[in-house]
Amino acid sequence: MTQLIREMSNTAQRLGVPLGVQLDLTYRCNERCVHCYLDHDDHGEMNTAEIKDLLDQMAEAGVFFLTLSGGEILMRRDFFEIAQHARSLMFCLKLKTNAVMIHKAEADRIKALAPESVQISVYSHRPEVHDAISKLPGSFKRSLAGARLLAERGVKVIFANVLMRNNFQDYTGVQELAAEFGAQYTVDPTITPMMDGDRSILNLGIGQTELQQVFRDPSLLGTSPEEFCDLPKGPLAEEDAMEMLPCSAGHTFCYISPYGDVYPCVQFPLPTGNLRTTKFIDIWKHSPQMNEVRSITVNDLPVCSTCSHNSGTCARCPGLAYMEGNMRGPSSLDCEKSYTRTGVVIAGMMAHPKAKPAAGLEQIHLASNENVVNFR
Amino acid sequence: MSTIYIARNKDVAARKLGGEMMIMSGRDSTLFSLNQTATAIWQAADGVTPLADIVTGKLCAEFDVDPAVALRDAEELVAGLEEHGILKVSNAPIVDAQ
Repeated sequence: MTQLIREMSNTAQRLGVPLGVQLDLTYRCNERCVHCYLDHDDHGEMNTAEIKDLLDQMAEAGVFFLTLSGGEILMRRDFFEIAQHARSLMFCLKLKTNAVMIHKAEADRIKALAPESVQISVYSHRPEVHDAISKLPGSFKRSLAGARLLAERGVKVIFANVLMRNNFQDYTGVQELAAEFGAQYTVDPTITPMMDGDRSILNLGIGQTELQQVFRDPSLLGTSPEEFCDLPKGPLAEEDAMEMLPCSAGHTFCYISPYGDVYPCVQFPLPTGNLRTTKFIDIWKHSPQMNEVRSITVNDLPVCSTCSHNSGTCARCPGLAYMEGNMRGPSSLDCEKSYTRTGVVIAGMMAHPKAKPAAGLEQIHLASNENVVNFR
Repeated sequence: MSTIYIARNKDVAARKLGGEMMIMSGRDSTLFSLNQTATAIWQAADGVTPLADIVTGKLCAEFDVDPAVALRDAEELVAGLEEHGILKVSNAPIVDAQ
């Protein structure tokens, strides 16, 4: 994070400004990715007028970073009308798509939107592996064709690679593919439970052995593995723990579903209000649920406040913790990640019997607490 | 000296936060923070109001600055913002600015 963005974030937090929003325009999708946490039916999406009104409200509220995602954003016939309205309101626009529906005309129109970036899901450099994950035959070829059209027009393209057991061995191939396209590469080893609470898709996730490899690959970390995997420096002193906030969810960021439901974050399904009955700014400022999320500091976390990992090695997600039953509790997925990263047993693992460390990992003692990888 | 007209580039992202304008260049995603006087110039950059009029009408009216010094500083600022693709600058009114 650059100094200016950090300052911007601090100012937004002090002023209570929602600096960033992810707005999912639809949950409908032309792919059926095996790890997707959404259902793909339309349960009553906001219409064009409702979304344009919402964009006006968000601009007025001070939202700067706007991510339009889904589902597949181009499944909406009014996508460009919505995106052009967002552009006219001068949002910093980020798009997430599978690019399957991007042909020359769409690429030209996306270029005209001047997005900060277009993130495209690419699961493998091998068509058969990618298509087996997306469950759309030919999607690899079509996604890359769309990516190439954007890259040729000077649009910043990011290849997003979710790591699972069945594509883990391909990530270096996707990195090479991204380099060939002049695209950036981002990796995510987190599988999110289904929105209905079903956790069965977590079985698709990589194991600790693979995660150790990720945490020790300099090409993914942006720093040395020794620094990244250094011993935890915590627990934080009580006065620091009272100041430290769990993450930006509900503080400077929120998520909005296609149905107008507002949540603290994409993977924090705590309902805080609906835009069909309440103005965006009123939900943001006055929702009791949003204010409860905002009130929590690290000191209020019964397990994590005393954990040695709370000073930075554990990127505890309150949303994942909420999905496990307590937004103030540990997230076992993050406990496992932090343990795998440092080799040091984490307090939440004692509270979650399922998250007990595998034998033999206690001996790993590498060095760093600088989290530079965008692991959720 | 010729009259200078300035217009906001439509490709940038911009939002006022705590009295300062945050601007991200559409060209290279570089983030800029404009102070209050620069923000006033940015907001007045409608393509048809001469820069000299913006300085006298906005800056000198709102801030305690010498008009000649303010205009010189504004011209430097405008040149810098043009270089980063944030403002369009022309010797004639920029008619498609709105």
